[in-house]
Amino acid sequence: MAYADTDDLHEHHEPQSFITKYVWSQDHKVIAVQYGGTAILVGIVGLVLSNLMRLQIGFPGVFEFINAERYYQFVTMHGMIMVIYLLTALFLGGFGNYLIPLMIGARDMVFPYMNMLSFWVYLLSVIVLMASFFVPGGPTGAGWTLYPPQAILPGTPGWDWGIILMLVSLLIFIVATTMGGLNYVTTVLQARCEGMTLLRMPLSVWGIFVATILALLAFPALFVSGVMMLLDKTLGTSFFMPALVSMGQVSGHKGGSPLLFQHLFWFFGHPEVYIVALPAFGVVSDLISVHARKAIFGYRTMVWAIVIIGALSFVVWAHHMFVSGMNPWFGFFFATSTLIIAVPTAIKVYNWVLTLWRGDIHLTVPMLFTLAFLLTFLSGGLTGLFLGNVSVDIPLSGTYFVVAHFHMVMGVAPLLVVFGGIYHWYPKITGRMLNDTMGKTHFWITFLGTYLIYFPMHYLGVLGMPRRYYNYEGYTFIPPSAHSLNQFITVVALFLGAAQMIYVFNLLWSLKYGEKAPSNPWRACSLEWFTPQTPPKHLNWGPKLPSVHRWAYAFNMPGSREDFIPQNAPASAGGAEPSQEH
Amino acid sequence: MSSSTLPASPMVHATGEPDHRRAAGTALWLFIGVATTFFSLFIVAYAMRMDAPDWSPIAMPWQLWLSTALLVAGSLFMQRAGTTATAGNSAQLRPMLVAGGAAAAAFVGSQLWGWQALIDARVLLAGNPAASFFYVLTALHGLHVLGGLVAWSIAAQALSAPAAELPAAAWRVQLCARYWHFLLVVWAVLFAALALLTPEIVRFICGRG
Repeated sequence: MAYADTDDLHEHHEPQSFITKYVWSQDHKVIAVQYGGTAILVGIVGLVLSNLMRLQIGFPGVFEFINAERYYQFVTMHGMIMVIYLLTALFLGGFGNYLIPLMIGARDMVFPYMNMLSFWVYLLSVIVLMASFFVPGGPTGAGWTLYPPQAILPGTPGWDWGIILMLVSLLIFIVATTMGGLNYVTTVLQARCEGMTLLRMPLSVWGIFVATILALLAFPALFVSGVMMLLDKTLGTSFFMPALVSMGQVSGHKGGSPLLFQHLFWFFGHPEVYIVALPAFGVVSDLISVHARKAIFGYRTMVWAIVIIGALSFVVWAHHMFVSGMNPWFGFFFATSTLIIAVPTAIKVYNWVLTLWRGDIHLTVPMLFTLAFLLTFLSGGLTGLFLGNVSVDIPLSGTYFVVAHFHMVMGVAPLLVVFGGIYHWYPKITGRMLNDTMGKTHFWITFLGTYLIYFPMHYLGVLGMPRRYYNYEGYTFIPPSAHSLNQFITVVALFLGAAQMIYVFNLLWSLKYGEKAPSNPWRACSLEWFTPQTPPKHLNWGPKLPSVHRWAYAFNMPGSREDFIPQNAPASAGGAEPSQEH
Repeated sequence: MSSSTLPASPMVHATGEPDHRRAAGTALWLFIGVATTFFSLFIVAYAMRMDAPDWSPIAMPWQLWLSTALLVAGSLFMQRAGTTATAGNSAQLRPMLVAGGAAAAAFVGSQLWGWQALIDARVLLAGNPAASFFYVLTALHGLHVLGGLVAWSIAAQALSAPAAELPAAAWRVQLCARYWHFLLVVWAVLFAALALLTPEIVRFICGRG
């Protein structure tokens, strides 16, 4: 419900019971925590699965319960959980829900009931996905890309129930994302407070806003392919399934095109990278600016870069299919479009670095994670330039080089932003500060650990170590040193996985024992820090909505009493965005 | 140095609170964008699959022409309902709104009749890729029509409330009318693709004709 006039405000009573306040809640802040909590829980499952995979790669044959079938199930579920159910849900459902209304000066999302439904439908999709661990044959082991024909044929783990539950879960997830996405975009377009023009919105909102538009336009491709594969599996249609002999039996399928699935999947799959990356770009921009006490460099170019990256992300999908075979001109087109994306992305990196230059850098925990993101994203982005070229991609595509690349660029880098963002906004969400010592310990272990895991993988990839293999024993081209390196990576991965419990413990411990947070502990300018109460109450702003007079980056303005000017301070306080200065 | 006047966001109400009607209108445009992407991708998949050697077209049942006529009528009734609601003419609004909803419901019935005719002719979901696409596309479009009928029933309920003020509820009818027009356009494109698109046209478009 939105509020057409002030009478409506009186009708919109604050929920009183535990159920309506914390469970069946329509408050965007509660829904954000529900989304975030569920995503983190399911993310822990994904983390455990990755450690189980590493046990097999590092110490093959030692853990007998990890047979080939289970290994592929772990790989598949780890990938899908991390990309869709953790990162997408956390950035859009978690950060999007919490930050959009507070940062644009709104009381809530414009459709709170639909927002609530979005979370519960997301939860249903998670339950269906988790249920696949308990069905006959277990979850699907088709790889997170679920390529047909093997995804639904005997011989692939979870080919029967597992793949059906995976597809059903994805379709449910897309319904949830669409309900949430319509809400986020409409709220940004229609519920900004007085003075909050689009070009005064913090970059976090810009990143989430454009990522949500990408999600609304890209997820239909996954929906279409999911529906068709489900029908191929359950009702014997031949959308994707060619005529073939499976296990000595002629299947009833004929004429279907597996390549059609790949096109549809990657038409969703590549924008998905930016559905995760753009919110991270936005949040990092805000964190850098606040913790370096300096206006973000080139705000407008940052906005345009987000928009251009979003648009370009729809015309690069086939670079994931170079090894599937295509007309050389297609390959040329997709390689070129892929490399062009590096231009706006590089502009963003330059602007982040130029924001830091001569900034008053505070090495707080959020800032440490932000700086780590810059290095990690740069590293992952540069290896992307290698893989964007057809002739370099083809020999590297099947190796650990790709595993290293995509984990650095869309696994570790966005997760560092998730951590940085939560350390930054936790005081507003809970009214308590997170413990700094635990935060720094968590940071250093995570930052160094991820580099110790993924840097050697580049080397293993160049060495030719194939990805997707269950067992590397008996291949003469893989030297003993590679096996030792794999053991090393596994040990670090186990340690890093266990160390994440420091973070979970910190989240829970600080809820009760954390230092009480002031309303604006980082001395930031954006609106969410100026709610009448911390944590913000129902409807956020008390009787009157805020009025905004400047952008969110008015730091260290000459003549100003403090080193920041809130967005809602009177216009006479100065600090207007560059376009307003004369 | 700085501007002292507030550049007001254009969408806010005089009180500073957002206007629910405008928000709903924006959300509907966005949903239409999502649904357009969805059906466009399906049509592209249909065209790409058509290029395979096992393709054999199916004859469209005549009931689809009846369906089309019903959807056109529904769209016209809803348009009329929208304009009468804006004008505050409650006497004309009710029959137009009911007729618009009934035409959409009859459309779904007519589509099912078409399905029955195909099934009677032994054209089944899994037998032929053209038939597979026919059933899936018509089913998904039909589900969008049923979703529209849910929104329509909410609008009808809001209007039938004793204290309902017609102009205040008119926006719901207008949004239904906009969605009905969208459903008609989608159906027209789908029907044309199902009936007229051939592998030769696809090959021509792909530069291999």
